[in-house]
Amino acid sequence: MTKSELIAQLAARFPQLIAKDADYAVKMILDAMTDALARGDRIEIRGFGSFALNYRPPRVGRNPKSGEKVHVPEKYVPHFKAGKELRERVDMAG
Amino acid sequence: MTLTKAELADLLFERVGLNKREAKDMVEGFFEEIRVALERGDCVKLSGFGNFQLRDKPQRPGRNPKTGEEIPITARRVVTFHASQKLKAAVEQLSDASKQPQ
Repeated sequence: MTKSELIAQLAARFPQLIAKDADYAVKMILDAMTDALARGDRIEIRGFGSFALNYRPPRVGRNPKSGEKVHVPEKYVPHFKAGKELRERVDMAG
Repeated sequence: MTLTKAELADLLFERVGLNKREAKDMVEGFFEEIRVALERGDCVKLSGFGNFQLRDKPQRPGRNPKTGEEIPITARRVVTFHASQKLKAAVEQLSDASKQPQ
């Protein structure tokens, strides 16, 4: 399922709204989630899961082509943990 | 601060002009549609945010950490999330001490 298919599904779920509202709502939700993580906040959606950041310390990496050492600075990476309901529904179907 | 469904619904109420009921239902519907797709076995690709994929894990031996007793971990299907380049780039710059999470 892609973003545009998700928008179409939601538009069909809310026939009283104009299609543009579903489109705008999906973009607004995804932007708010991105902004929250970019601020360093967590996202907790009961029954779906949580998004948090994991810390990656600085390290010395290597350029795989030249073999040259390069300093890789510390960074944060997004991490998703599925919630109980999502975990159970996905596994049940499988 | 933690972002939850309540804050997302407030945002749709304030910025998209949905009424409170619609805003709440839209947020619930958004996550439910993703769950339905994953439950069906479809992966979900939200461009600019990330992809939710499914992995089938075979059975593997496990252990009860308390008793040391060996118990198999059954085969299962799990959801994994892969952040898009855009989302990764947005959080990577968080390295100054003032903005550390949690």
